[in-house]
Amino acid sequence: MSTQQQKPETQESPEDPEMKGAESPQQERLKEKESGMVDERSADESELDGETVHIKVFRYDPEVADKQEPRFDDFHVPFKKGMTVLDAVMYARDTYDSSLTFRHSCRQAVCGSDAFFVNGKQRLGCKTQISELEHPVRIEPLPHQEVVKDLVVDMDHFYDQMHAVEPYFQNEDTPDASDLEEQRQSRENREKVKMSTRCIWCASCMSSCNIAAGDNEYLGPAAINKAYRFAMDDREGDEIKEHRLRILEQEHGVWRCQTQFSCTEVCPKDIPLTEHIQELKREAVKKNLKFW
Amino acid sequence: MYEHDVIVVGAGGAGLRAAVAADEAGADVALVSKLHPVRSHTGAAEGGINAALQEGDDWELHAYDTMKGSDYLGDAPAVETLAKDAPEDTIRLEHWGMPFSREEDGRVSQRPFGGLSYPRTTYAGAETGHHLLHVMYEQVVKRGIQVYDEWYVMDLATTDEDDPNDRECHGVVAYDVQSGKIEGFKANQGVVLATGGPGQAFDHTTNAVSCTGDGHAMAYRAGAPLEDMEFIQFHPTSLPSTGVLISEGVRGEGGILYNNEGERFMFEYGYANNSGELASRDVVARAELTEVNEGRGVNDEYVHLDMRHLGEERIMDRLENILHLAEDFEGVDGLVEPMPVKPGQHYAMGGIETDENGQTCIDGLYAAGECACVSVHGGNRLGGNALPELIVFGKRAGYHAAGKDLGDARIKTGYGDDVEDETDADLPVEPGASGLDTSGGVAADGGVTADAEGVLERTVEQTREHIDYLIEKDDGVQHAEIRSKLQKAMTDYVNVFRTEEGIKKALKIIRECREEYQDVYVADPSRTFNTDLQQTIETRNLIDVAETIALGALVRNEFRGAHWRQENQIRDDENWLKHTLISWDDGEPSIFYRPVILEGEDKTYEPKVRSY
Repeated sequence: MSTQQQKPETQESPEDPEMKGAESPQQERLKEKESGMVDERSADESELDGETVHIKVFRYDPEVADKQEPRFDDFHVPFKKGMTVLDAVMYARDTYDSSLTFRHSCRQAVCGSDAFFVNGKQRLGCKTQISELEHPVRIEPLPHQEVVKDLVVDMDHFYDQMHAVEPYFQNEDTPDASDLEEQRQSRENREKVKMSTRCIWCASCMSSCNIAAGDNEYLGPAAINKAYRFAMDDREGDEIKEHRLRILEQEHGVWRCQTQFSCTEVCPKDIPLTEHIQELKREAVKKNLKFW
Repeated sequence: MYEHDVIVVGAGGAGLRAAVAADEAGADVALVSKLHPVRSHTGAAEGGINAALQEGDDWELHAYDTMKGSDYLGDAPAVETLAKDAPEDTIRLEHWGMPFSREEDGRVSQRPFGGLSYPRTTYAGAETGHHLLHVMYEQVVKRGIQVYDEWYVMDLATTDEDDPNDRECHGVVAYDVQSGKIEGFKANQGVVLATGGPGQAFDHTTNAVSCTGDGHAMAYRAGAPLEDMEFIQFHPTSLPSTGVLISEGVRGEGGILYNNEGERFMFEYGYANNSGELASRDVVARAELTEVNEGRGVNDEYVHLDMRHLGEERIMDRLENILHLAEDFEGVDGLVEPMPVKPGQHYAMGGIETDENGQTCIDGLYAAGECACVSVHGGNRLGGNALPELIVFGKRAGYHAAGKDLGDARIKTGYGDDVEDETDADLPVEPGASGLDTSGGVAADGGVTADAEGVLERTVEQTREHIDYLIEKDDGVQHAEIRSKLQKAMTDYVNVFRTEEGIKKALKIIRECREEYQDVYVADPSRTFNTDLQQTIETRNLIDVAETIALGALVRNEFRGAHWRQENQIRDDENWLKHTLISWDDGEPSIFYRPVILEGEDKTYEPKVRSY
């Protein structure tokens, strides 16, 4: 496996003074990944070639008599180099049991529909090499979300929270499009919001967050990150930013975050979610807003 | 029954843009989509949006490049509309907050792409489609447009007059994937199909698993012709093991292709002596496969794409996403080693025949985006021209469906007196007709039901029976078996290089698939989130679409754009400056032709040799 990793984002973007010196969990994780420590088992893929991979998949269907009681089904899938968790469950479905149900679409980590709980961690199925996991591989639906069937969870609450932060650009003062006059944005400002714009709405962060699990009204890391994406974008004016901070500093907003970093740890797009939440807390303080 | 003015089916870039436009025009609009909008495949587009924004560039150059790129199979009124509307529509995305990459002065960045005479590809890193999709969805949320997500549209509710040009579309029938509930959606003004591409007809594709040509198949069954289906674009740089796309932006920024000898083959072997790696996609894809076929491929399968010399800073700024993809899906570090790439199915230039207002020959039925063929891409789509197509023609279809006057269209649709009849090509099997009709077609009641509700109720009933049959049948063939056989046949025989013999083999296999499909059944008895059922219906759609691709490829006995034929390796302008149209007619496909429109507003695009 190659050791390349992206350059930590903060080297390019203006660093927050309080974060200086200390390494973010994201940076630490990148370092770990570089040294190969992250792999639960650095299996030599050739060892697995020709073997089968044992997966245990969560099954539940409220409608089907023998699936009303949740259980795990075992599948033994022939291993091929490069096989991902998604490949394995697709193989199991297409070959052994066509009723095995899960969402998936792009299989390249951008549609965000195949986040599962794999060996106790939220991961995108399409992006997770099965050779890097300890076997048997346990594949479950995302925790803290209602299970619809097998690996499919109800996403409505997640979408509601995303919508609650007014997730759309608000600047009525744009130039005339027919004059082909765009709004100006500095490279630095784009760089500042860049990571936050990468969210694919997979809900891994929300599922990993203890606070969200205990407080159903908490906006949660994804929605707060979505708000960050706009609040920190200089193209929206100060008034709008203040309006956004008012939404965020409400009782179930940014102050609920206890900086546990679990969201940052599981984000498949390496968005520094916890940092974004902390930064918004500081912004709220600067604006003398309410502190719950 | 649900009721809206405009129903948009599919919520990728084109569908979302159509919905926003219809909303702007004052219509009550609803989006019905089998995926939640942010899961749509537009999100996987990487490269960028072509638009003549800068001084020194202008829409006429964009139109010229597009006509040339299309190998003179694009219709000039559509191509000129694309080039004229793209700048304003691109800037509007910026106004909606799209995080485009920026120049020092804060303006949006543009970069060179294959086949362009000016660097006019506007981009947001190497993840432009992701941002476009999210920005468009944000606008839908802002406007409070009704979204029915995870509702799978199965059929169009159209009247059943003999001539499709006389038919009307009154809505769609869909089922709620979560609950299995089947409902009619009545459209008082129009239905816009924006269901994306049919990439899953092939087994090595950059397309999402959900790209199953549903809109193509529904329109086809309802009587709207599919146009130029033989023109399938194979992207030169997809990862060999998964088909994951490596953006043309890599070559745009200066990435180089090498064979196993370390030769820069685009120049060494004279494939494109001027443009090299930045020749258009069909040229580069053929060059790569020729290298592999002549023994100069790496591991006899792929070639190398090298971007190391661009330097870490530039790569991180403009192509960071590519590093992640190469790392995650191929285990290759693009900063220290070249990436393995090979051609993969990427885009369907053809689709549902529409005019430049997005309208099909069926009254009230529109199509936009990859599922439509206006046609702007002709024989070969230029990189960076798909995203402007989504926003330009999505917008126009939405406006027109909502009643906004866009002027008369110059492009004609449907069967009319300007078309040339049937082919005399020798078909290996009677395609389509296999005794039993898997396509459903328009429910015939002899034109008795004239009112919209009646048409819709009848179609709902038909859909309900169809689903009950599939779920209640307890033995037979499973869709996955048929689908993989179909995909393999298409990749084996209707790929970059095509022979008459191969295409005929593919048609025979497609026919077998159609026959096996008569015995298909859904093993999952549940109505809750039954993906088995959904995929079974998608597979039926893929059979229809694959058949039109192979048929088109068989009858077009010339070499044009992405369509290479071994028997006839010259572009035959005398006989083939025309579109292939295939329509579903009484249980079998019928083929006819319509001449290409090369006359633009002020000039005629004279076909020239395409050299790069």
